[in-house]
Amino acid sequence: MRTPSDDPVRPIEKRTPMEFLRPGSWEEALAAKAEHPAAVPIAGGTDVMVEINFDQRRPEHLLDLNRIGDLYEWETEGDEIRLGASVPYTRIMEELRAELPGLALAAHTVGSPQIRNRGGVGGNLGAASPAGDSHPPLLAAGAQVEAASVRGTRLIPAEEFYTGVKRNALAPDELIRAVRIARADGPQQFSKVGTRNAMVIAVCAFSLALHPRTRTVRTGIGSAAPTPVRARAAEDFLTAALDEGGCWESGRPLPPSAARQFAELAAGACNPIDDVRGSARYRRHAVAVMARRTLGWTWDAYRGGERGERCA
Amino acid sequence: MATARTPADLTAGTRGGIGESVLRPDGTLKVTGEFAYASDLWHEDMLWGFTLRSPHAHARILSADVSAALATPGVYAVLTHDDLPAATRYGLEIQDTPVLADGVVRYHGEPVALVAADHPETARRAAARIRIAYEELPVVHDEESATAPGAPLLHPARDDSHAAHVPHPNVVHRQPVVRGDVAAARARAAAVVTGDYEVGMQDQAFLGPESGLAVPAEDGGVDLYIATQWLHADLRQIAPVLGLPEDKVRMTLSGVGGAFGGREDLSMQAHACLLALRTGKPVKMVYNRFESFFGHVHRHPARLHYEHGASSDGRLLYVKARILLDGGAYASSSPAVVGNAASLAVGPYVVDHVDVEALALYTNNPPCGAMRGFGAVQACFAYEAQMDRLADRLGLDPVEFRQRNAMAQGAVMPTGQVVDAPAPVAELLRRVKARPLPPERPWETAGGGPDIRALPGGLSNTTHGEGVVRGVGYAVGIKNVGFSEGFDDYSTARVRLEVTAGQPVATVHTAMAEVGQGGVTVHAQIARTELGVTRVVLQPADTRVGSAGSTSASRQTYVTGGAVRHACRAVREKVLALGRARFGAYHPAWAHAGLLLEGGKVTTDAGEVLAGLAEVLEDEAVDVECEWRHRPTEPFDLRTGRGNGHVQYSFAAHRAVVDVDTELGLVKVVELACAQDVGKAMNPLAVTGQIQGGTTQGLGLAVMEEIVVSADGLVRNPSFTDYLIPTILDTPAIPVDILELADEHAPYGLRGAGEAPTLSATPAVVAAIRAATGLPLGRVPVRPEHLTGT
Repeated sequence: MRTPSDDPVRPIEKRTPMEFLRPGSWEEALAAKAEHPAAVPIAGGTDVMVEINFDQRRPEHLLDLNRIGDLYEWETEGDEIRLGASVPYTRIMEELRAELPGLALAAHTVGSPQIRNRGGVGGNLGAASPAGDSHPPLLAAGAQVEAASVRGTRLIPAEEFYTGVKRNALAPDELIRAVRIARADGPQQFSKVGTRNAMVIAVCAFSLALHPRTRTVRTGIGSAAPTPVRARAAEDFLTAALDEGGCWESGRPLPPSAARQFAELAAGACNPIDDVRGSARYRRHAVAVMARRTLGWTWDAYRGGERGERCA
Repeated sequence: MATARTPADLTAGTRGGIGESVLRPDGTLKVTGEFAYASDLWHEDMLWGFTLRSPHAHARILSADVSAALATPGVYAVLTHDDLPAATRYGLEIQDTPVLADGVVRYHGEPVALVAADHPETARRAAARIRIAYEELPVVHDEESATAPGAPLLHPARDDSHAAHVPHPNVVHRQPVVRGDVAAARARAAAVVTGDYEVGMQDQAFLGPESGLAVPAEDGGVDLYIATQWLHADLRQIAPVLGLPEDKVRMTLSGVGGAFGGREDLSMQAHACLLALRTGKPVKMVYNRFESFFGHVHRHPARLHYEHGASSDGRLLYVKARILLDGGAYASSSPAVVGNAASLAVGPYVVDHVDVEALALYTNNPPCGAMRGFGAVQACFAYEAQMDRLADRLGLDPVEFRQRNAMAQGAVMPTGQVVDAPAPVAELLRRVKARPLPPERPWETAGGGPDIRALPGGLSNTTHGEGVVRGVGYAVGIKNVGFSEGFDDYSTARVRLEVTAGQPVATVHTAMAEVGQGGVTVHAQIARTELGVTRVVLQPADTRVGSAGSTSASRQTYVTGGAVRHACRAVREKVLALGRARFGAYHPAWAHAGLLLEGGKVTTDAGEVLAGLAEVLEDEAVDVECEWRHRPTEPFDLRTGRGNGHVQYSFAAHRAVVDVDTELGLVKVVELACAQDVGKAMNPLAVTGQIQGGTTQGLGLAVMEEIVVSADGLVRNPSFTDYLIPTILDTPAIPVDILELADEHAPYGLRGAGEAPTLSATPAVVAAIRAATGLPLGRVPVRPEHLTGT
């Protein structure tokens, strides 16, 4: 007999329902997260809902952040943009092109228009996938993640935020309130390789920001290591080369050898894997090409005096 | 003076007839999201079915414990192979596919057990509680492992019609085609090229996943509402599994979200019916996208070895080819795919000396079967690459070389079949070549900054023009239309003409599956043309009427369109007979042959009105159901491949223009121009759409679409995140040039149009990438790794 009988002694198993928490304010949200540290925050739902729909994840509590309006705002604080965790990519593209050109370029490559209307940087950081599109420009811009809990607020530098594959530095009771990103003081670029021309997950990605004020450069690499990483050796090399050559003052073209070395060092910062999206060798190679090209674009923009206003 | 009038002239009198770009009735609904697909079906009190699938590619089932699943509240039934009431296997050509795994699973994702519950989540979770103990078995994954001494036999007790002639029990079917004397031709050849080619496993990637609703009936039968390609083939396979006579299984077509061959085989049809009959409740099953990749067959991946020889003046002397197709765990339509690959292996060229062998393997890879192009796609990729290489070797322009060898009407196929309809191969090539080339550097804007959408990489901002090289490539292909090799490929149509509210109304009833190809639009056009009425009602497709055959092989407009025309003409004769009986005494013209129905009236061929249809019919309805067949075909000889195996041939040519980022290995197809002969464009707008869709599917195979299967037989990318299909930014301008050279054997002279453009798009794109990069590129899809040596 395979059809269940109506045997009254058959044990009734308890179904585990998913509780949907809907805080109306940030304080309520933090309190809920403190009470249910395993609760999964959900904002745009572009990542969490995929996992739930495919039954890859079955949290006991979902913490809905959609009623917290502050998360959807951005503001300028001195030289810094405080970008609410849920500001959708579409608005980053439209409203912050000048202030955050690297992130705006990355936002443009996220999913489809529908996804960009819903998803924001907070979700990307929370998921901490090495392929998240916003990570490289956040690393290159030197962003800080504003993490909050009932215990208080702390700022986590982006490069300390990614701790492993899909793991981040948040404490169980913390939520991402915002990201603080210095307003661009120089040209920034973002490139991402995918095997189609839109709506594609990164095979690998590279972001570069020139910081003329501090005479430094910073980078971010996506999808070419277990976490998003900076190419520190490449940054150090280029910062020194620009400095020694007096390039910031003269604005002279970079020697091709410097661009090549920068590219090689960027590739050297990768620790990629072979997977269905691409080979490790290709990822290294592509990061080098993107590093060389984005350096050319940003340096040309700097020399042209556009100082970060050009972003494509 | 009366002149003979053709059906084309008739459209002048009745609007919305053949040859007009009548809009499809489902178009607006689909674009606005209001169309009801099979996944939208609902029935009060219905249950949800779920399929437990194998996590292994090859394993023995040691035990199955369903007790925990059955104990789950809300679960109504759990079925395994042991619970099947009647036939336990089914199949399109060979009944080798278990309804539920019978002690062995042979591919990753094979159905093992079924659950019906009151909620889809409950069904899914209950299925997760079924305990199956597997013992993994060695995996057969390629020719070497399939035919090695001691190789595991996928189907050791084969008794199908091919079992006797195959070289190894793990070969489903083998078809040679031999003609002339290849050895002698080789000795005369001035140029010889050999090449090895590989085609990855493409998926149909239809947008509406497998779904349907089975409702048990009081008479012990079942009503199945289903998205499929061929209701009657499903019925023929389902009824024995249920242990019911066919008249107790009533099927109605539900909204179909694309097919492309992927709905020819059963998916959840029998499963939903089994659960419905077991529980006595309606059962709905809907696959999600992930499951859909396991729920239908794919395009056969292929390895092809070709040798071409030509004379110094650029004439093809011989072609030798071996086409190895991976059929996966079950036969599906592999034998017919083999027949196509073998008989179309040299392409649309005149070749007197041919030695071809095509075969399909049984392996533990996902089952492969029908997909748009059906064996001709794989061959076309290889022979067109060979034609380019041979032209290069001879120092000839690749289009000129093709034109010198192009077949024309009267040519003889390697099978011995004479091509007795127009075959404008050289003209199609001339047309795509004559078209002006699109502008160079299309990303440059007046404002200075690049428009990255026009560059390789698109929105990903990978180049502003650096490393970008343009390439142009050409290809042409040949596809058969209709079912071949002696298959009785008929269709049935029922047409009724009556007067409703003072107006004549035609009702057309067929079992044709409308899967998006536009058949229902064309059927109404045919009825208007033949019966001279404006109002046509189309009945839902179901099994109350006879079989329409499959919506595949580019055949429905030809065959079911032919059946509708045939039924309409029978109706017309009955109407005229009625008219003669009623009014013949009052006007001598009633006695003439060649009376027409036009504009709701009976007219002479000179246009004189004899009577209105309302007067002729009064309250009588004229109703005809009939079958219609195209001319018969023959099987291919098993040793030589000789035989008039195909009904009709269809031709298309492409010119691809691509920009390749040679440093990153990214491709932007700039333009993909197509010229195709469709015999008669029954609906020019729909034909253009078919050609553009087929072209895009060919582009997808060229540069991105592949199901990746590991050496242990596991599918690695079953999602639209990692199985990529072209977006609008990947889809170039597709200018279409339609020829209408009538085939006198076909209704209205039409030629099946749906598949030919899928063939030549792929090799044209790859030829263009080769031109841009200088790389040999013997495999599709072309990946960035292939273009960058990484």
